[in-house]
Parts: sequence; structure tokens; C-alpha cells
Amino acid sequence: MAQQDTSSLSVEAASVRPQQSAWQRMRASGSVRFGAIFLFILIFISVFAPWLGTVDPTLFDAASRDLLPGKFGEIMTLEGEVLKHQFLMGSDSFGRDIYSRVIYGTQVSLLVGLLTALASLALGIVFGLLSGYIRWVDSVVMRVMDGLMAIPSILIAIALVALWRGSITTVIIAITIPEGPRVTRLVRSLVLSIREEPYVEAAIAIGTPTWRIMLFHILPNTVAPLVVQGTYICAAAILVEAILSFLGVGLPPDIPTWGNIMAEGRPQFIQYPHNIFFPGIFLAITVLAVNILGDGLRDTLDPKMAKRL
Amino acid sequence: MIAYILKRLLATIPAISVVAVLVFMLLRLTPGDPAAILAGDAASPEQIAQIRANLGLEEPLLVQFGIWLKQMALGDLGESFYFKIKVIDLIGQRLEPTLSLAALTIVIAVLVSVPLGVLAAWRFGGWFDRVLMGFSVMGFSVPVFVLAYILIWLLSVKLGWFPVQGYKRMADGFGPYIYHLILPAVTLSVIYIALIARITRASVLEALGEDYIRTARAKGLLESQVLVKHALANAAIPIVTVIGIGIALLIGGVVVTESVYAIPGLGRLTVDAVLARDFPTIQGVILFFSLVYVLVNLLVDLSYVFFDPRIRY
Repeated sequence: MAQQDTSSLSVEAASVRPQQSAWQRMRASGSVRFGAIFLFILIFISVFAPWLGTVDPTLFDAASRDLLPGKFGEIMTLEGEVLKHQFLMGSDSFGRDIYSRVIYGTQVSLLVGLLTALASLALGIVFGLLSGYIRWVDSVVMRVMDGLMAIPSILIAIALVALWRGSITTVIIAITIPEGPRVTRLVRSLVLSIREEPYVEAAIAIGTPTWRIMLFHILPNTVAPLVVQGTYICAAAILVEAILSFLGVGLPPDIPTWGNIMAEGRPQFIQYPHNIFFPGIFLAITVLAVNILGDGLRDTLDPKMAKRL
Repeated sequence: MIAYILKRLLATIPAISVVAVLVFMLLRLTPGDPAAILAGDAASPEQIAQIRANLGLEEPLLVQFGIWLKQMALGDLGESFYFKIKVIDLIGQRLEPTLSLAALTIVIAVLVSVPLGVLAAWRFGGWFDRVLMGFSVMGFSVPVFVLAYILIWLLSVKLGWFPVQGYKRMADGFGPYIYHLILPAVTLSVIYIALIARITRASVLEALGEDYIRTARAKGLLESQVLVKHALANAAIPIVTVIGIGIALLIGGVVVTESVYAIPGLGRLTVDAVLARDFPTIQGVILFFSLVYVLVNLLVDLSYVFFDPRIRY
């Protein structure tokens, strides 16, 4: 991998004009624009979910079971009032509105994606800085991280959620634990190369305390790769949460998440595929957009990493 | 060469021991009585006491770990309280479907992705390259179960080409066996194809920039020979490595794919065990999958000897 990077540098360097700032390159990148615009749309959807023609996603009505997309039906509110409602994406076997559930599901997915990315980054920064800088910490921390990475991440997540029972917090922690080691490795390798830079040597020479070097000299230089990594983790976390919920081991079934909607649609998939297709499309496009945003950020912020994977 | 092999063999020991410690700690770090968790919700106090004695839960943690390690090393993974048989036998029963699915997936993935990656590198920046890279990002993003349902709906429900779900044992005849496996394997291979094609493209692209490629072309070799014998042969190590690393993806995918296609394999077992909170089984399956992952990557490391003659000396 290491040899690959140096050779890819020359290819990338040609397309990255040095006079442009990272911000300008980012704005010019089609991938960043596409990903960012889509992400804003999703954030908009999740914030304004109650005003987007939705009903309470937990409402159900026996008279409106298994409606096809676009059909009109009735739905009863908690106060007992009967509303006429168009089921844009159809209804499930309880007579709940799939559209409302999918729209509200955006909130959960984004929350899990964002918080998992932040938690993994925090974990990785702390352990990565320590093990990149303190030798005895390094040998202990990296062995544990290697072991964690030897267990397929979905299995760790499944096992942890099974032990703790599903809730948003446990799902986030369960996805953070397998993702954290990857960030730790990244930060550690960055620290190892940055600490050899002349400005770090200069800082040491004038007697700067170690914590100051770590926080003010090394950490700022890891930001670009970490933003990129964080984006990928966000995409992975959204995906894993959906898988856990789909398998029935993630969030409790009463919370509308894309994975839960699909899990409920499984038994009658052949007659009513809309139960699975609509949340599935939302999930796929969301993960795609976040991944494309990550690729764009990687190409513009961190040309060195661009060809790694 | 023997020194290299020995070094690699030794290098797996820390990984395996950390996995062992982690799986051991999993249960101990959970709030509640490990014996009660292992025995399941329906266990009687006598059963719980029995398990407590077996695990040596009254002893210090280090002694418990010793007892546990000894049991695991002897293949005693405990008894599943849900399936009422020994976990090791349970894993044995569920092995065939999972191995078949994984093997067919790897075969499909390698046969498809390597040629695609080489072609993309050969025509770097062209339309084929861009389409393939676009497909690769999509392959990473479309969740395996969504893809599974799209394929089932299209190919099984609408066109009737494949069975919707189910599994036939190899003993029931090779034809039905493969027929039931194709759709799950194709589903599972997509993310793997995306991964391998990317790496193949990147490493062939790097090899194509080397001097020996210019020499090979200058002496008038066919372009196909240049690509396969010179470029691909020198790009083999990263490709084999990523196939090994990708086993983790495959294991994650197996869990989901087997659930969607109702295949009675280890992935399905994992989900069933978690839903039943059957801890002996969960623990056994995690240990088993992690061991397989470490061993496959050991084999990958050892295969470098074959792909890179420099290592032999």
C-alpha cells in the first residue's frame, strides 16, 4: 500500500492545482456537491418531517391494511378522529402509512450515522494520539485493536446489541466499537509520520510540553483525513443500523427506522413489495450519497489518500 | 521461506489470543450473572448452579479465563439451550450451506471482478473505467438485503428463473443444489466484486506504469500478454490480500443473505441465536467466524510465497 501512494501522488498532483484552496477545490468537485446537496435534503426531511404531509408514524387503522401506493384510505388519530389520507407509499399489514414511517425513519438513520461517526472519531483520536506518541501504550492498544478488527464488525455489533438489548444508544456504541479501531490505526499512522516533521522537532526543541504538541501541532494536521474517514463511517453506520433492525436485533420494532419497516414487510414481500422497496431505495440512495461525498472530500482534501481504496 | 512461514504463523497467535480474551470478556462485562445469561431465561436454579460450577465463576477472573480457554481449546463450546445440542455439533450441521455459499460467491466475484479491473486499468479514464468505478461505489452502498429483494422480485417472482428462497443439500443432487445457490451467491458477490475490482484496477494501473511494461511492449508482446503476464502477475499481491480482508465483508453478508433466502447456515444460526439470546451459540459462532477470518488471512499471507518469488529466498 505504501508504495502505491507515492506513485499515485504524481497522478493526483497533476489534477490538483496548488493555487486553489481546499475550500475552492471542494466547491468545484461534482461529488462533493452531489453528496452535500443530497445530505441537506435529508436533513431538511428529518427536521421538517411533521410538516411533509405525514401522519404520526405509529398510527394504524385496521381498515387501511396493505394498501397499494397512491391509494386513499382512512387513519384514526390518537384522539379518535378519523382522517382521510393518501397512502403515497402504501400501507403495511397493520395499516400504518409507509410514507410517514420512511420520512420519520430518516431522523433515526441520520442520528445514528452522525453520532457513530463522531463517537468513532473521538475514540480513534484519543487512542491514536496516545499510541502514536507513547510507546508502551502503543503495544497494548494496537494489540487490542488488531484483535477487534479480526472479528467481523457486524458480528461484534450483533453480539453487543444482543447482550445489552436494542436502543439507540446501544446500537451506536455497538457500531462504534468495531469502527473505532480503524480510526485509531489511521490516527496512529498519521501521528507517526507527522511527529517526524521539522515543526514538531522545533516545538520539542523549545521545550513545548507533550500534550501541547499533541493537541496544537499534530492534531490539526490529522483533520482532513479524519473528515474523510468520518464520512465513510457515517455511511457504514447507517447501513449497519439498517441491517441490525432488519434482522430484528436492532432498534425496538415500535421505532420507525428503515430497517424496521423492511423487517415488517418481509412476510408479505411477494404480494406487497412496496413495504421493502421504498425504505430500501431511501437507504441505498442515502448511503450512496454519503459515500460519494466521502470520495469527493477524499479527492479534494486529502490527495495523498485518494488512491488508497 | 521457512522462516517467513514461521513468522506468519507466530503472528497469528496474538490476534487469536486477543479474540479469545474479547469473546471471554463479552459475557463478563455484561451487567447480570453470566451463568444466568448462559443458561437462558427458562433455566431452573439447578441448571444455573451447574453452569456456574462449570465456568468456575467463584474463582478469580484469571482462573475463569484458564478454565474457559481449556474448554474452548478442546472444542467444548458449551450447550445451546435453544437448540438443545452441543454448540460444536450445531456449527458442524450448519457448515455446509455457508461454506457452499461463500465458495460460490468467491468464485463468481473473482471471475468477474479481476477481468473488469484489468480492463478498467487498461483503458484508464475511459468510459468503461468510469462506469466500473460508478458501479463500484454503488456496490458498496446498496445494502445486500435490498439488493437481494430486488433480485428476488425481478428474477424469481416476475421472471420465474430462480427459486424465491430455500436450500438444497449437495446430497440431494448437484443440479438443484447449484440452482438454489446461484441467486444468493450473485447477491452476495456484488459488494465483493466492487471491492476486488477497485483494488485490481489500482494495482494493475500502478504496474502498467513500470519500465518492464514498456520493455514488454517494445519487444512486441501481444497486449493481452502484457496485461496478464506482466501487469496482472505483478499486481497479484494486493488483489489476493483484499480477497482475504474481504472475507470479513463476506461473513457479514452471509448473516444477512442467509436470512433473506432462508438458507439454514451459520449466518442464519447467528441471527436465530441472537433472537433467542442463546449465548453459548452466539459465543461459539463469533469464535468460529473470527478463527476462520484469521486463518484465511494467514493462508493469504502464505500465498505470497507463490505470487512473489522474492519471498522464497
